[in-house]
Amino acid sequence: MAGISSYGAYVPPHRLSLDALSGRAPRDGGPEKAVAWNDEDSVTMAVAAGADCLAGFSRERVDALYFASTSYPFREKQGAALIARALDLGRELQATDYSNSLRAGTTALRAAADAVDAGSATCVLVIASDCRMGAPGSGLERNSGDGAAAFLVSKDSAIATMDASRSVTDEIVDVWRSEGDDFVHSWEDRFVVQEGYAPRMAEAVDGLLADGGDSVSDYDKVALYGPDHRSRAGVARTLGLAEGQLTDAFFGRLGNAGVAFAPLQLVAALENARPGKRILVANYGDGADALALKVTDGIEQLPARRGVGWHLERRQPVADYAQYLKARDLGTSEWEAQAGPGLSATVHFRERDSNLAFCGQRCRSCGAVQFPVQRVCESCFARDDFEGTRLSDRSGKLVTWTFDYFFPTPSPPTVAGIVDIEGARVHMQLVNCVPDDVNLGMPLEFEFRCMHRAGGRPNYYWKATPAAEPATSGGR
Amino acid sequence: MGKDALRDKVSVVGVGCCRFGENWDQSPSDMIVDAAYEAYADAGIDEPQKRIEAVFTGSLYTTQGPHECADALKLFERPVSMVSNYCATGTDAFRYGVMSIASGLYDTVLVVGYDKPKDRGVSGPTVMMDGVRDLPRTPAGWFSLCAATYFDRYGAGREDLARIAVKNHHNGTLAPRSWLKREITVDDVLGARMISWPFGLYDCAAQTDGAAAVVLSRTDLARGFRDDPVLVKAVTISSGPNPQKDPTNDFLSWKPNGWAAADAYAQAGISDPRSEIGVAQVHDCFSLTELLAYEDLGFCDKGSAKEHIADGKFELGGDLPVNTDGGLKAFGHPTGATGVRMIYENTLQLQGRAENRQVKNPRLALSHNLGGHPTACGIAILGRD
Repeated sequence: MAGISSYGAYVPPHRLSLDALSGRAPRDGGPEKAVAWNDEDSVTMAVAAGADCLAGFSRERVDALYFASTSYPFREKQGAALIARALDLGRELQATDYSNSLRAGTTALRAAADAVDAGSATCVLVIASDCRMGAPGSGLERNSGDGAAAFLVSKDSAIATMDASRSVTDEIVDVWRSEGDDFVHSWEDRFVVQEGYAPRMAEAVDGLLADGGDSVSDYDKVALYGPDHRSRAGVARTLGLAEGQLTDAFFGRLGNAGVAFAPLQLVAALENARPGKRILVANYGDGADALALKVTDGIEQLPARRGVGWHLERRQPVADYAQYLKARDLGTSEWEAQAGPGLSATVHFRERDSNLAFCGQRCRSCGAVQFPVQRVCESCFARDDFEGTRLSDRSGKLVTWTFDYFFPTPSPPTVAGIVDIEGARVHMQLVNCVPDDVNLGMPLEFEFRCMHRAGGRPNYYWKATPAAEPATSGGR
Repeated sequence: MGKDALRDKVSVVGVGCCRFGENWDQSPSDMIVDAAYEAYADAGIDEPQKRIEAVFTGSLYTTQGPHECADALKLFERPVSMVSNYCATGTDAFRYGVMSIASGLYDTVLVVGYDKPKDRGVSGPTVMMDGVRDLPRTPAGWFSLCAATYFDRYGAGREDLARIAVKNHHNGTLAPRSWLKREITVDDVLGARMISWPFGLYDCAAQTDGAAAVVLSRTDLARGFRDDPVLVKAVTISSGPNPQKDPTNDFLSWKPNGWAAADAYAQAGISDPRSEIGVAQVHDCFSLTELLAYEDLGFCDKGSAKEHIADGKFELGGDLPVNTDGGLKAFGHPTGATGVRMIYENTLQLQGRAENRQVKNPRLALSHNLGGHPTACGIAILGRD
């Protein structure tokens, strides 16, 4: 039977105070939400969550990638293909985007389990990532946050079996975003909850319980999607959940992460799960999905993941609402970096291994690692005698740096420097650090980021970030 | 071939330079004509169409290539070529001119360096967004990469760099064709807005429009143009790896500087540059670039620049005055023109025509360009008989 064999998550470090959204001074420890910055989107967050999920696993084994999002930047052009290249997955890959519904994450998870059970795939990476925007000043803006969750679904070394699932589908125009809209729209919230969210969630969960002859009290943890804290608590009451059964929804810390919201709660539940515990996940969007999982002994062997806990601890408060508006390009001026033709499609194609997968090469003659790919070795001058080597999951060291105040960005200066990665030298931007944090020789790791949107398209590459302490949360 | 094969075979017989600055009312052609006709007059040439046998031009921002110069000067029916080598473009164009005469192909050629960056609508360099790697791709961001490492190793700081900018601003006030004619203080430099740490606005060269021109002749014919021709002792270009991806770069110096200097000194027969060179124009696109040039070109020991800056060695009255006309900082930096402008200034200095910025009796004068990431260094050495 198919099961989850690994999990991962990503939550952007920037935190926007909900007080600041209301025009008040932010309080220490007050409510906030996680916001993707100008160089992040559903793709970059998906890559980060995928990398967390794949840490310690062979990437060659992954033979399918399902990417779920309602906020993928392209209308036409697959996200899974782009994410697969960034994660350096093989080309013999079944890649699919699941989109257009908040339920896409659990739908993809269920489809992955079905594919594994049917034998059409052996190891499916499922990533749910969302970066939805509510209009400035709206309740949707206040409640939503950004994040991504990833799962590896396969038959072997499962940490949790996927025992049962149940779906209901219903037509309702409660929350939507039309062609050309930047912002998510919603009908009157009591209609959304009373005719959509609450009854469909109950219908899916009740159906699942009836299928298995279970009662909700048989589950140790219940992860529930919810448009806001109050509506979610209402559904929990309707389902008869006891104190401690409902997972933390991170309202006031992360916010409703759309497609990734219920999956992130499942990640958090797995981070703290013991063998034998049962988890129920219910998700909403044009109907509802319910999934039943059971944690196995395998969870004891899973190497530590960063997961949700580590990411929630990593906070970078946003100074004020204006800075957020600038980062999300919601100001009244147009950021001039959008101008120009952007990266040539032919260059993008030729350099996809370098730019997206961050693959360099190792000289077979002298062993020197170099980036980007070149024909003649810069150390021993051997020609065309290289093997590819992925740099994105290696560690780096800062050789030198500068703070660039001239380069256009919402929050100057841009920290840039030379990074030594196993002997290769790469000029890179640094994120998640301010000038005071930077010092010669500091250890670094790498994150996939959107460099600019020239040409009206996101143009991706990698940036360096101060290396984190090893994760301690999750699998022991 | 012997390193000295070029030495003394070619002479500078005429120099010209237009006023550098934000020349809103001048086209590239206007500036080329100003510089070239001044050089013709300096060489005593009345009929350039008859005397100039070939033209070597250098420009980074040109939209028309070598035709721009040929058309402006109406020099047709002869070779007119263009050289592009980032900020070393001017020295490289000069080098092709020198080699063409040394080869025996021509007796008299014209070298023109020019650029017109102020037609682009931006202050400073263009921020390119057509790639995804190596961003920010700003010259200040590239040249500042030696700062953290150099400061850490040798204990220098922003004040030492500021003194270079103060010196160059002072010298610029004494050069008639310079753009900036304003004295500044160390506090002005330290208090200016930051461009790319540790470079504030005054640590950065002034990007301007401009053109400079040089007439070259076979040395045995040079006195037919003027009584005090200046000899070309050496001219060289050295390429280097991109320091941003060179695994052995230490970010304490720029490799092409040392390579080009060794070649130029061998060509000129110089064994002790710090006592033999009387005046130098070095590439000060940023204050730190000038500081590193002092050391990389052998004007002082590695790591000792700050002491020599403090004791005034490189000021007009010092042992080895550097950037006597204000340099890129104050004279201005039209990329393709800069190397040729340095030849103009060194020629005036060697001929004793540099007026109130005249260095006392220099015998050898060095000019230095550093271009790219930096990935190329050009050096020319001129001398008197």
